[in-house]
Amino acid sequence: MIFSDPEIWAATLSMAVPLALPAIGGTFSERTGVVNIAMEGIMLIGAFFAVTFSYWTGSAWLGLLAALICGGLTAAALAWGAIRVSADQTVLGMGINIFAAGLTTFLLNTLFGFNGTPINTPKLPDISIPGLDKIPYIGVIFQNQSILVYIMVVLVIISHWFLFHTRLGLRMRSVGEHPLAADTLGINVWRIRYFGVILSGLFSALGGAYLSIGVLNGFTPNMTNGRGYIALAAMIFGKWTPLGSFGAALIFGFSTALGIVLQGQGISSNLLQMIPYALTILALAGLVGRAVAPAADGIPYDPRRS
Amino acid sequence: MEIVDLKKWFPGVKANDGVNLTLRAGEVHAILGENGAGKSTLMKMIYGLLEPTSGEIRFMGKAVHFRSPREAIHAGIGMVHQHFMLIPALTVAENVVLGDEPGRIKFNRKEAERRVRDLSEKYRLAIDPTAKVADLSVGLQQRVEILKAFYRKAKLIILDEPTALLTPQETRELFAIIHGLKADGVPVLFISHKLDEVLEISDRVTVMRAGKTVETVETAGATPQSLANLMVGREVVLRVEKNAAHPGEPILKIHDLHVRDSGRIERVKGVNLELRRGEILGLAGIDGNGQFELADAIAGLIKAEQGHIIFDGHDITRLTPAERTERGIAYVPQDRQADGLVLSFDLVENTILRDFRKRPFAKNGVIDRAAAASYTERLIREFDVRPPDASRKASELSGGNQQKVILAREVSRDPLMLIAAQPTRGLDVGAIEGIHRQLVRLRDEGKGVLLVSLELEEILSLSDRIAVIHDGRIVAIVPGAHATREQIGLLMAGSHGHSEVSMS
Ligand SMILES: Nc1ncnc2c1ncn2[C@@H]1O[C@H](COP(=O)(O)OP(=O)(O)OP(=O)(O)O)[C@@H](O)[C@H]1O
Ligand SMILES: [Mg+2]
Repeated sequence: MIFSDPEIWAATLSMAVPLALPAIGGTFSERTGVVNIAMEGIMLIGAFFAVTFSYWTGSAWLGLLAALICGGLTAAALAWGAIRVSADQTVLGMGINIFAAGLTTFLLNTLFGFNGTPINTPKLPDISIPGLDKIPYIGVIFQNQSILVYIMVVLVIISHWFLFHTRLGLRMRSVGEHPLAADTLGINVWRIRYFGVILSGLFSALGGAYLSIGVLNGFTPNMTNGRGYIALAAMIFGKWTPLGSFGAALIFGFSTALGIVLQGQGISSNLLQMIPYALTILALAGLVGRAVAPAADGIPYDPRRS
Repeated sequence: MEIVDLKKWFPGVKANDGVNLTLRAGEVHAILGENGAGKSTLMKMIYGLLEPTSGEIRFMGKAVHFRSPREAIHAGIGMVHQHFMLIPALTVAENVVLGDEPGRIKFNRKEAERRVRDLSEKYRLAIDPTAKVADLSVGLQQRVEILKAFYRKAKLIILDEPTALLTPQETRELFAIIHGLKADGVPVLFISHKLDEVLEISDRVTVMRAGKTVETVETAGATPQSLANLMVGREVVLRVEKNAAHPGEPILKIHDLHVRDSGRIERVKGVNLELRRGEILGLAGIDGNGQFELADAIAGLIKAEQGHIIFDGHDITRLTPAERTERGIAYVPQDRQADGLVLSFDLVENTILRDFRKRPFAKNGVIDRAAAASYTERLIREFDVRPPDASRKASELSGGNQQKVILAREVSRDPLMLIAAQPTRGLDVGAIEGIHRQLVRLRDEGKGVLLVSLELEEILSLSDRIAVIHDGRIVAIVPGAHATREQIGLLMAGSHGHSEVSMS
């Protein structure tokens, strides 16, 4: 039976990383009231610059840092447009996605030529945690996983604690629900929103870097392959919570892993790829638990309206 | 605090146009003024929510320019907003402490709840700190809004219509708190349309008219009539004049009605009631006893669990709100901003909200803007909506003028029956006079009027019969002419007393 094979669970976990990270990032952004559909684009940017700097500096960690900086900057641009200029957030996000796809492909060809990124680019280490790998079954799941898998697990827990149990988390949620009320209590709505959006950029970039220097050590055009959108779905299916996003990412990751295993067994993997979207529609329709967005999600806030 | 020649101009409206005010330490200073006189605008400028066009605000000897509420709070100013600034998705405790939460990085929820519990005991505003604000009645939400202002230990407190939703008992408690603040030397700016409250609590009164401060008087030498006249600039009739009613056939019959609210709690527990043509039936009761759920159920906004509503001879229990509207039910809901208006629509769109499908507002499915606009302009004139500009968005109107727009729309549809829930909430004396006249006019035209109000005075002065609701049941129906405050008050509190209970 395939389900008893720990390999499929290891694959699920691995597939969940580039979904959970951007989904949690999106949660931070939308909880402060800024719709973020730019995960796909920011992931691409993260993935590309991670590889580039990893190659140039010879250190995958410096590559990761570059990915975070570039992702953060892209998110800051999104934040500026959404917050300061009150531009339509969906259009902005879509613009960033298209821009990022073009930019990374262009830079790839310009910097590396048609051979693509060099095969000797350093990647982040895969590790097994001593002790954990001794546990039967579970040990196999965690054997030789990218270090980012462990970082993700830690981030999931911290994020959830942060959003629901810290003062800043409470303020972020208040700003996403009713910015005017938060403003009348002395909370700086704009600053909190910048913070939320930029944080989401960092998480998305981390998810992108996982693809290019975590599992692989190279970049190919459009290598995120729609994961940013599935992450969006995971965020909604997870009801705009970090734990929920992670859970949804696991479900979606599993359906992908299953698709790979079932390939050649007569079940179309395209069918399985539908699962995330189908589940999200059900969640939005209120069939699988109701998903309610933060009340002020997507609405620009201008305190001096006249 | 001193305010010198302060002005705030919005495009086309001079909301504040020369405001001068001096606030002494430890005084309760009431601001009176008609709807749209500019009271809230003034308070928002003091609180840093709006930037003055010109003029100066001096606080504790220095000129201040608050660019955000953050700076005003920092300087020690607290405010209770006319339209609540609460976050429904958060709990009471979270709403109260937000912006000044206990804890360093971690939010200390237990401590926050403890503080709010202490605060609510100290000020005797009973509330459950762990309840979600979305689940609270508007009366309870008002308490949260007040607690928020007191939590911050302000040096100056602004209360913008804090009593609009409080019961008389709660108003008493609030006044006790205000006296406490006075004793501590904290000045209070108090806005209310209820003249008796102003006379009771304030030391001085400043009257505003059309954006200007007209006069500041010592409360000691003022009477309700003198204040009303000063406010409106003419003689105001404070008592409703009406002739005897000539009630006819019943227009509405309610049999054994049961209604649950959104939290599945039974609010209306078997109501039997009859409303006749040509009468005003007042529904008296303390907030939270099911009166607004009953009104919503008659209008069709919430479904009846059990029982029947017979309107004009037909069972309408299963009809949609639109179908009930078609049959001649008009409704002025309690929450004007949530259920009464589309705030982002202009006045033309808001006045045709019920009938936009029909002639003369629509022809062949296309809205005839010109016809609708001329209709709206007529209503604006008749109901004295200010500013008289049909193309203005509903959100730009003062609270009282928003209420006038709803009333104008509902009353002018020539309904068979009007359900009016808190129709004069937040209205100035002049406007109340106008609305009471409209209600009596409808009655005299042979329409049925169900008046749901928390204001006992209003019920007593308007109703031909008074039904008292307590805990979701009608506990008594008494003729309006002989009812006294005490008698109705007792019944509202649930004591069945020795009043004549006549079920007609
Ligand atoms: N944002 C805005 N844009 C345009 N006009 C506005 C705006 N806010 C208020 N006004 C106008 O300014 C005037 C004063 O409004 P304000 O809310 O201060 O009245 P108010 O005295 O508080 O009345 P009420 O007793 O009804 O609450 C009104 O004519 C209102 O329509
Ligand atoms: Mg006001």
